[in-house]
Amino acid sequence: MSAAWPTIELVVNGETREVHVSPMKRLLDVLREDLHLTGTKEGCGEGECGSCSVRLNGELVNSCLVPVLQAQGARIQTIEGLACDGELHPLQEAFLHCGGAQCGICTPGMLMAATQLLAINPHPTMAEIREGLAGNLCRCTGFKRIFDSVLSAAAQSKEPSAHEAHAR
Amino acid sequence: MLCLNPYDPNAHSPPMSTHAKTRIVGSSVHRKEGVDKLLGRARYVDDIEREGMWYGATVRSTIPRGLIRSIEFGRDIDWSEFTVVTAADIPGANHIQLIFSDQPCLADGAVNHCDEAVVLLAHPDKNRLRAAAAAVKIEYDALPPVFSIEESERQDVIVWGADNVLKSFLLQKGDVDSAWADAAHIVEGEYRTGAQEHLYIENNGVIAEYSAEGGVTVWGSLQCPYYVHKSLLAVFDLPEDKVRVIQTETGGAFGGKEDYPSTLASHAALLAMKSGHAVKMVYDRMEDLAATTKRHPSRVRHRTALDAQGKLMAMDIEVATDGGAYSTLSSTVLSRATLHSPGPYVCPHVRIRSRAWATNTVPYGAFRGFGAPQAVFAIERHMDEIAAAIGMDPIELRRRNFLHDGDTTATEQVMREPVILDQLLDRALAESGYHAKRARFATENGASTVKRGMGIAAFYHGSGFTGSGERYLNSLAGIDVTAEGRVRVLVSSTEFGQGTNTVLTQIAAEAIGIDYDDVTMAPPDTGIVPNSGPTVASRTSMVVGRLIERASRQLVAVLQEHAGLVASFTRDEFFAACERYRKTKGDVTSLCRYEAPPNVFWDDQKYRGEAYPAYAWSIQVAQVAVDTVTYSAEVEEFWSVQEVGRVLNPVLAGGQIEGGVAQGIGYALYEKVVLENGHMINNQMTNYIMPTAEDVPPIHVYFEEIPFSHGGYGAKGIGELPHDGPAPAILNAIRDATGVSFTAIPLLPEDIFAGVAMRTAAEQVAAV
Repeated sequence: MSAAWPTIELVVNGETREVHVSPMKRLLDVLREDLHLTGTKEGCGEGECGSCSVRLNGELVNSCLVPVLQAQGARIQTIEGLACDGELHPLQEAFLHCGGAQCGICTPGMLMAATQLLAINPHPTMAEIREGLAGNLCRCTGFKRIFDSVLSAAAQSKEPSAHEAHAR
Repeated sequence: MLCLNPYDPNAHSPPMSTHAKTRIVGSSVHRKEGVDKLLGRARYVDDIEREGMWYGATVRSTIPRGLIRSIEFGRDIDWSEFTVVTAADIPGANHIQLIFSDQPCLADGAVNHCDEAVVLLAHPDKNRLRAAAAAVKIEYDALPPVFSIEESERQDVIVWGADNVLKSFLLQKGDVDSAWADAAHIVEGEYRTGAQEHLYIENNGVIAEYSAEGGVTVWGSLQCPYYVHKSLLAVFDLPEDKVRVIQTETGGAFGGKEDYPSTLASHAALLAMKSGHAVKMVYDRMEDLAATTKRHPSRVRHRTALDAQGKLMAMDIEVATDGGAYSTLSSTVLSRATLHSPGPYVCPHVRIRSRAWATNTVPYGAFRGFGAPQAVFAIERHMDEIAAAIGMDPIELRRRNFLHDGDTTATEQVMREPVILDQLLDRALAESGYHAKRARFATENGASTVKRGMGIAAFYHGSGFTGSGERYLNSLAGIDVTAEGRVRVLVSSTEFGQGTNTVLTQIAAEAIGIDYDDVTMAPPDTGIVPNSGPTVASRTSMVVGRLIERASRQLVAVLQEHAGLVASFTRDEFFAACERYRKTKGDVTSLCRYEAPPNVFWDDQKYRGEAYPAYAWSIQVAQVAVDTVTYSAEVEEFWSVQEVGRVLNPVLAGGQIEGGVAQGIGYALYEKVVLENGHMINNQMTNYIMPTAEDVPPIHVYFEEIPFSHGGYGAKGIGELPHDGPAPAILNAIRDATGVSFTAIPLLPEDIFAGVAMRTAAEQVAAV
């Protein structure tokens, strides 16, 4: 059966990958099952919780709502592509330091949303942070330390860094 | 190699005072498993594959109560590809072992709620399961169901036991009936709370394997490995060493993974045994919402006598909870609701009659606060109703009745530890600018369509198991030192975001005198760690933390006596001594068993004595705006001041309070479980609404610290406390803003509309 599926090519975290799957397979499942990138999580399967957030051609998407066909040829960044050469991304550093992650299940999606926010707006206001993260639910933190983390990372950044630009 | 910032104990920390010089305890060291979570490499159950793994699904009842007449398997499915399990396949007892044994693992002949598990299916391709489950047709002879506390207490239809009563308590102090005649004021009220869904972002899930030689092994998202272990022993009729339960990284729990995983683990293990394959069962959101536990709905009635000065003379309290179809944890939830229902006040005459009622809904279960949020909602709303009725300021009413050191509670427990409610209240009022804001809002509200108000809640939360519970648990915990030179904490206490890994390793490192990075957690695996009790009841830092502190000190003493460790040592000298000990005596392990604080007395029959080993205390203040055009209520700002003993890690502690407050705001204003025929019909994140990043207000957190001498480095419980107060504080603020008394949560805009419209109509009638 699977041999009959067309080849779909994706550029995931800078690396070209090919999969042979149903074009209607969710991008989330392709990432988790076919590419074994299990950092992207499923929380609701209907685009409400944002746990499956990834960046697709510089846009934040819920990968549970994207048939993989739509990602043909796209550049995709997942949580696995955020740290660079073994060094935590400034957002990851800030989440660690400020207590932005508790149970950790929303964290990969939250970091993707925060990365997207800072890529567009390197120095967001509190209102802009709230709006930028409103599609990502966290049940543990009450969000306060996530906001602190984003503010703290933003305070350290001058311009979008090289690897943020690369992910766009 | 990861390059991490060294921790800075002063960064992002709420102000705190130090009571003893410590290096690691009290500082905001980074979360132990934090880097794994941030890199996306932490392994949750759905991230794990086992060789030859199949997938499981559950066929559930579609009626609330009835007898199963037949189960038919549709002809369009090739059932030879599937493993099918029913109650007949259970090798041991068909029940989930909790407090009582009334809940079947799989329905056998009868169902007592919608979404009860009847048939289990497994297949190598998970995409084939949905159609197969839909092809299983169950025919029933329906029986009349019961859906509410009121229907259950009428007892026209008996759905559980002889009288629908899952549990009852009677608690009496003094003589309530002697007080009414002399009272200057008698105030009555009735308060209701709805169900609440945990909404952990990771749904319930497990993987199970079975072999004749090895028995059952389960990996899962769960809080209490030994609860699951105990349940599997009964279902499979196996000896203890043939069941192994391993907690995987757990994406939130809040009580929702306290009892339910015992059921899910049993299901997956039955499929594994019959199929001969590892079986993964991970619920999707709709199934998790429909089939798993929620917070108990409640109805609490207060009748209160006061003297002319506003001092409490008598409290007559009736607590009723809806327990759902089986007893599960309803008895202990009711116990905690009972013990928290009189609030943090002194009263000479108290009577509390409480009952948990059976209904034909999914059993209600553990949820952060465990009965206390329901009880605190009632008493703290009632205190504002009393204040209004007798013409006293609600702050002053509380202050006149607060418990102090030496006072006795409703169970006649003497408050032997310091009680600093006045200090907490002063701080909450000052930090929030309560009085000035109330006065300002009172003048501004008249001309504005947005009405603002301030509300307060005062409360305690008992830390640890109720009464003799900790003695029955008899927890065992400790540390060992590996040949590789790592200290490991040996506990079955699990991490699900609240910080178990971090605080317990902080405690061990501090007590031994080594670095935080020298200490790690042993895997949460019943094959490796002792039973340190369940990870519930705000007991981990206080009770288990204390065991780790003692075990660490004990290890140092043993090494000093038997391995030549000097009195004052470096970390290298410590590990060298461990090696000497290993060569001469064997494994370097130190375990300690729970010891109750002295002079603790509890009478389970009369419900009298030391209800809890310690109490955490809090004052919360809500500033709320009610839009009288849209009838939406918004929490604009929130203050939470608390005394939780010693704060072990300020960043983690602050995170517990903020998260609990956010969940409490959801409980008050957003989260409504809508049942139809006992089945949750809004079982999606689209229509069960929790607060988002745009809804949660600024939350200000302040700790006052009084170390508790029997807690781990002075800690008391913290995790549940912050969820107890937001709902009454918010509804008190709405009363302050609008003048309308709302007595039920969740309070949605349509409820506010109804309340305000009704009052307006009443005023118009009065004016005529």
